[in-house]
Amino acid sequence: MSSQTKLLTMEGITKTFGKAVIALHDVHFELEAREIHALLGENGAGKSTLIKVLTGVEERDEGKIELEGKKIHPRSTNEAQQLGISTVYQEVNLCPNLSVAENIYIGRAPRTKMGSIDWATMSKEATKLLEKFDLKLDVNKRLDNYSVAIQQMVAIARASDIQAKVLILDEPTSSLSKVEVDKLFAIMKRLREEGMGIIFVTHFLDQVYEVTDRITILRSGGYVGTYNTADLPRMELVSKMIGKDYQALNESLKEGQAEKEGTKTGDELISMKNVSHQGSISGMDLTISRGEVLGLSGLLGSGRSETARVLFGIDQVNEGELTINGEKVHLKHPLDAIRKDLAFCPENRKTEGIIGDLSIRDNMALALQAKKGLFKKISKKEAQKIADEYIKKLEIKTPNADQLIKNLSGGNQQKVILARWLATNPQLLMLDEPTRGIDIGTKAEIQKIVIDLAAQGMAVLFISSELDEELRCCRRIVVLKDMEKAGEVVGDNISEGAVMQIMAGGEGK
Amino acid sequence: MREKLRIKNISLTMTIVLFLIMFIFGSVRYDHFFSLSTFLNLFNDNAYLMIAGIGITFVLITGGIDISISSTIAFTGVFMAYSLQKGIPSYIVIPMALIIGIIIGAVQGSLIHYFKLQPFIVTLAGQFLMRGLCVVISEASIPITDEFFKFMALGRIQIKLGESKALNGKIYYYVLIFVAVLVAGLYILKKTPFGRAVYAIGGSEQSAELMGLNVARTKIGAYIISSFCASLAGVVFSFYTLAGYGLQNMGMELDAISSAVIGGTLLTGGVGSVFGTAVGAMIQGIIQTIVTYENLNTWWTKVTIAGLLCFFIVVQRIIAVRAESAKGKSLAAA
Amino acid sequence: MKNKINKLSQKQAFWPVIIFLTIILFNTIMTKGEFLSISIVDGHFYGRIIDIFRNGGKLMILAAGMTMVLATGGTDISVGSVMAISGAIACSIINGNLLPGLGGNVAMAIILAVCAGIICGLWNGFLVAQIKIQPIVATMILLVAGRGIAQLITSGKIITINSDAYYFINGGYIFGLPFPLYIVLFLVGILLLFVHRSAFGLFLESIGCNSLASKFAGIKVNRFLLAIYTISGAFASVAGLIESAGIKGADCNNAGLNIELDAILAVAIGGTNLMGGRFSIFSSVIGALIVQSITTTVLALGVPAAYIRVLKALLIIVICLSQSGKFKLHISKIAVSKKKEEAVAL
Repeated sequence: MSSQTKLLTMEGITKTFGKAVIALHDVHFELEAREIHALLGENGAGKSTLIKVLTGVEERDEGKIELEGKKIHPRSTNEAQQLGISTVYQEVNLCPNLSVAENIYIGRAPRTKMGSIDWATMSKEATKLLEKFDLKLDVNKRLDNYSVAIQQMVAIARASDIQAKVLILDEPTSSLSKVEVDKLFAIMKRLREEGMGIIFVTHFLDQVYEVTDRITILRSGGYVGTYNTADLPRMELVSKMIGKDYQALNESLKEGQAEKEGTKTGDELISMKNVSHQGSISGMDLTISRGEVLGLSGLLGSGRSETARVLFGIDQVNEGELTINGEKVHLKHPLDAIRKDLAFCPENRKTEGIIGDLSIRDNMALALQAKKGLFKKISKKEAQKIADEYIKKLEIKTPNADQLIKNLSGGNQQKVILARWLATNPQLLMLDEPTRGIDIGTKAEIQKIVIDLAAQGMAVLFISSELDEELRCCRRIVVLKDMEKAGEVVGDNISEGAVMQIMAGGEGK
Repeated sequence: MREKLRIKNISLTMTIVLFLIMFIFGSVRYDHFFSLSTFLNLFNDNAYLMIAGIGITFVLITGGIDISISSTIAFTGVFMAYSLQKGIPSYIVIPMALIIGIIIGAVQGSLIHYFKLQPFIVTLAGQFLMRGLCVVISEASIPITDEFFKFMALGRIQIKLGESKALNGKIYYYVLIFVAVLVAGLYILKKTPFGRAVYAIGGSEQSAELMGLNVARTKIGAYIISSFCASLAGVVFSFYTLAGYGLQNMGMELDAISSAVIGGTLLTGGVGSVFGTAVGAMIQGIIQTIVTYENLNTWWTKVTIAGLLCFFIVVQRIIAVRAESAKGKSLAAA
Repeated sequence: MKNKINKLSQKQAFWPVIIFLTIILFNTIMTKGEFLSISIVDGHFYGRIIDIFRNGGKLMILAAGMTMVLATGGTDISVGSVMAISGAIACSIINGNLLPGLGGNVAMAIILAVCAGIICGLWNGFLVAQIKIQPIVATMILLVAGRGIAQLITSGKIITINSDAYYFINGGYIFGLPFPLYIVLFLVGILLLFVHRSAFGLFLESIGCNSLASKFAGIKVNRFLLAIYTISGAFASVAGLIESAGIKGADCNNAGLNIELDAILAVAIGGTNLMGGRFSIFSSVIGALIVQSITTTVLALGVPAAYIRVLKALLIIVICLSQSGKFKLHISKIAVSKKKEEAVAL
């Protein structure tokens, strides 16, 4: 590996947000031409910040970036693109209201001699380009006529066509099926053959071993190392990602498991029979008992968050029957669910969870106040008492309860939301990705809280895209696929393999 | 989702059908209604509204709103009338008025884009600012006596399709300005990168940014076009009235927005066409004509148009909601 | 002591009150004390200050309603038209043109006018909460159509009425103070009581900051929006009654014309964020007094009325900019780079 073949080098990259939060510290990264390079790390390790720095979304504080030996300093995605760095994001970042062809060519559309956009040539070129990707589409149709997977392919087609030297794929597979992933990998390999350097960010370790040449690992904003994929055993990879805490986690895992064994699940609290909501879940059968942590697993869009939404009255039951404590219920609004002692920490903390400009105290009191109704106001004194209690109990790091919640770190915000629901004294607590984007210490704390709550008799529905986390907390895991329940693993049968098998099973039908 | 694509078409079809129904209704009910001149007068009387409507369509497609246009029209009128009165020749006054329009748009657009202020607050303030400036210049209506303005006010083309009186009509020269604006609008939105970026921002501003489009230039550009068209509409309106009056056209932004919505523009952004807007404005013209024929209070026009706007927005919502659930169904079936 | 002042200055109403007092002080000095003088005629207080309170009554009421609408991140620009409708209905009933069966009963006229305001507010709320039309467009429909409806009620004529009972709404005195002041105290008092004694204030701020998260926390957001626009409509109709009682009739073309900007300005001066979220009704009421006193002052200085509107429009933009996080960021960046330059120069 002589330095001449290096396509991209990033050295000593440091980035801080505000005064205190260090997102990246002295990170090193290099990419060769004709290489697929995995960028790995847990949530909050700094992967996305590194990519934002590279694509000009964020400006670095320190460090240098060289592309083909030339120093670069992109200040916008546009600049990065012109330099030859294009990105495909996890959520499709195209315009749903434009045609497929236009989504590929907008900003660089072919022109006629008169200088106006040449629609005919554009359609032809787009069709040709997509054929290279084995996609036969009507490129003149609006993009939102097609599935998310196809939209993702279109995004990749666009990115690869912009004379890209460096292609960044930021978790492109989280919403794709196995067949689609295979297709994507074939395309990635072909692009590699054409001389492109590809940075591949993913959560799925199997995919790392399937398609990448080298691996760079980040941990809590720091650089851990770069390895040849073939030389790095899986266990070692995981421990490098998790770091020193691995041992500790193992301990707490054992501890947790001991607790798990110790608790007896009580009587049935929730039962869903053949429940459907148009477009999100169909024919769902699910029971949750007191004192159990039920894991809900599946890929993005498999119906895991959607099940919780139906249970919480955000989406209505179209068909089937939902009973709580043996009583048939119709939940039309979250408030109906709250009055039935249900609680729900949604996935998008920022948009669906926190009320940014309100204090910690107000944020905590909100759901209880809604439950009590408009006229039974919780006095400031009572609210303060609740806040003090939970700040202490959940070890929320804040000087006082008057702080605005938006000023807290992600982990502490999550704890406040958790407190908001615990204050309502729920029978069922639903947690959708409660540890996403949270540092590893707080993560373990939250997992511990969950197990403790169940031990005290609360029913918990635990949704996470991180399998090991579910394995750690749950005694029973229901696996969803294509908006339906695909299977269930219980007790000693729980293992990563078993769950993955159900997730992947029945492909190609 | 396929349904969503049809929102524009359904709206436009409905609009054209509605227009025909109204025209037939008028023709059956009133003598002399059915004639070429009634049809052409829709253009003669509403050219300024159509021009302003085409401008605001750009802003609406980006997902924004501009409620300053009626006062921009009034201000342009007062400014020109005042300047002409002071003896400044028309070939200087008109370009200056248009440049003022561009500046107004640029300032509003920049405040909205760079400082993330809400479009309605900024353009509401702009509306009051300009109305205030009108009255600062002159409280009374100022007549325009300039030769060029008179020429534009009276100059017309006779159109004769046959011997019968119903087949005769006339078009004023200033209607040609509307035709030019319409053609330019169609071309810009369909054939230029700027026009496509306007749609892209309406579809998803974040995506547009990440796809490397120049969001700042496009968004501010849309507000500039809106204000420019408004001042151009102001010029046409002064041809029409030969006067500048600060309280002219109060609430006309609703008419312009209605034109766009009736013509198939989604207020949520991303979908719309200037042709639709022009047809939408024609509908309003025909309502006005019918109200005049019926000898009703002119306020009926306002009330009817507001009702029509409500109706179209509700229809759009229903179609959008249906499309959502249809999408769910088709996915569930797959 | 210092602590107390610090704490006081943290309150949202602190600066508005200071500004209001400054304007009064300025006027007092300009008029050599005449501004503050209050004379008593027939047991009624008269004076410039009293005038500000009386003439600002409408605006204080509107600002109180508008505060809540703006706190949800919405807006209501139809208040002027609702004022016109309410005045038109009340006057038409009193002079017998509308519902002659009531025989010009003033109480019924007032009740029906307020009902009309409530219906207007419900309509706005319905469009915003249920149909999900942007508030600016939803209320613009009523802004334009409302004045039309008012015209249709009065058949396009300016109505004058002769009813001392009706005049009392604007011109009456109780215990020497003008009656509009009591209306303000009553309405704002009830509203404040409601906001502070119930969880309404908390819910409102929550909806304004993040309506989706509020829904997920169990707040019935749509119902609140409906209620808030309804209150705004009802308050506007009361303001319309005061105005129409003031001119002793109904003038649909000019009733409440452009007053929506004054109301929004009052709220902005009161320090409520126009993007939604934190709000203070009391501060907005002070804001309304400031707007009214600015108007009075500028007129007293001999500046034509037209300039006032220009001034107010600019003021709104300035206040919005000062609230905009982006603006602060730009300014601080400029400041930092200047400091750096200075450092380099040194």
